[in-house]
Amino acid sequence: MALEQPDFGTVGGPLAVQALDVRKAFRDHAVLRDLSLEMRPSEFVALLGRSGSGKSTFLRVLGALDAEVEGHIRVPRRRAVVFQDPRLMPWLSVLRNVTLGLPQTQETRQRGLATLAEVGLHDRAQAWPRTLSGGEAQRVALARAMVREPQLLLLDEPFGALDALTRIRMHALLKDLYQRHRPAVLLVTHDVDEAILLADRVLVLTEGRISLSAPVEVPAPRSRSDPRFAALRRRLLSELGVDAD
Amino acid sequence: MTPASASLASTASVDALAACEGDLAWEADRSTDPTGLGLVDPRTQGIVPAAASRVPRWLQRLLGPVALIVAWQVLSMAEIFDARTTPGPATVLNTAFVMLGSGELQAHVLASLGRVLHGLAVGVALGVAGALVSGLTRWGENLIDANMEILHAVPNFAFLPVLIAWFGIGEEPKVALISLSVCIAVYINTYSAIRNVDASLVEAARTFGVGRRELITAVILPGALPGFLVGLRLALTAAWLALIFAETINAPAGLGRMMSDAREYFRVDVIFVLLGIYALLGLFSLALARFLEARLLSWRRAFDGA
Repeated sequence: MALEQPDFGTVGGPLAVQALDVRKAFRDHAVLRDLSLEMRPSEFVALLGRSGSGKSTFLRVLGALDAEVEGHIRVPRRRAVVFQDPRLMPWLSVLRNVTLGLPQTQETRQRGLATLAEVGLHDRAQAWPRTLSGGEAQRVALARAMVREPQLLLLDEPFGALDALTRIRMHALLKDLYQRHRPAVLLVTHDVDEAILLADRVLVLTEGRISLSAPVEVPAPRSRSDPRFAALRRRLLSELGVDAD
Repeated sequence: MTPASASLASTASVDALAACEGDLAWEADRSTDPTGLGLVDPRTQGIVPAAASRVPRWLQRLLGPVALIVAWQVLSMAEIFDARTTPGPATVLNTAFVMLGSGELQAHVLASLGRVLHGLAVGVALGVAGALVSGLTRWGENLIDANMEILHAVPNFAFLPVLIAWFGIGEEPKVALISLSVCIAVYINTYSAIRNVDASLVEAARTFGVGRRELITAVILPGALPGFLVGLRLALTAAWLALIFAETINAPAGLGRMMSDAREYFRVDVIFVLLGIYALLGLFSLALARFLEARLLSWRRAFDGA
């Protein structure tokens, strides 16, 4: 079975992520089936898939949130995860949420404030998380991830719960943060446009294995009106089982 | 949120229902509806009352108790109530002033208050310690939790004879009974609060390299604080209840002692004074619990306001 699957996910050179023949099953239902993925340092990869395709499961495996899995997996030590919900501690200030898990020193505090400034929330450092809007809370979650200078940033549908206008602003913010810090990014999403707008490479996960790997060759600034954008979009949607027309 | 506005929020739906019973104008009034389309002003249609009454909510809520006391006084003055079994509010108030004047009431209240505070201190300390050990460690849970469940299942006051056998008939069994009630209420609520801290927050904290110590101090304990405060509130009620039972054992001073004396000499007015004192102490305890919640859970207030 494994031999029939082409190695869509593998690349050459130095790696930020190496996952070979990853298998996972819940009881007798296979969630990940001989999935292989390699990512270069500073590579931005979007992972598309229908619900139940195993994309979040795979992200949790890379994020060390799920150890019950077979296969060869290597990830950097410095990782950070942003979930769909912000998961801020409501009883800690915004700044303290950002510096969670770091040694509590003056230097950490300064770094936290600087990162909050990067996401435009410098003035909300002392606010309670529950006073923030959904978009602001997710920006704090991004700051909490970036303050650790991760070598691998794992994003699990981070904008899925936001409204369309906020999502556009978050795309710009994420692009900005990515260009400044250059971590390897794995973005799990079901939004095809989001994937094409942000990623260097788009993967489609179908029934636990990568069924399509496509480099995004749309020059910046990427625009939906670009015919290459439309072509890739159509190809990805059809791989996801949606007829674009 | 102040207690007054909290009660306002909780009674808003009642007000809305009351508004519903008013005139719901389903049919358009031609004289105020020149368009003839049957359009209406939405502000007159809503089930939400347009503006709150100018009388503060807490004052409105006093109406019930005041009406009760007035009715009681009227029925007493009309001699419908027998003055020997049901003295009127004026008589009871007078008795209270006499007892205050002699200093008798203060001395007994202080004696009881001392016991309750002592019992609270011991009970809260033991309850929290137990909940921490069994909430944070597997061995602690195995060792403590089932025992606390069993203690919880036995009515606390059934332990009184045993406490007397162990501690005699001095202060110790009284404080011990109050401590026991407090400890169980605090333990049960704090333990389950620790175990029910949002697992997704714990998971998030772990992915950010939060160590065991920071996990406990920055995630689990603050997350369990609301549950602890619920336990404390129940413990305050339990403490006063336990006091009544505890003071049936040979108490030289205290509200229980006064109560049994009053019963013996058939001083129904004194009994009513004591009932009033219990009510005041209970209300004061609840106010204290609310104050603590407002202070310690200020991060929640933002949510209520949103």
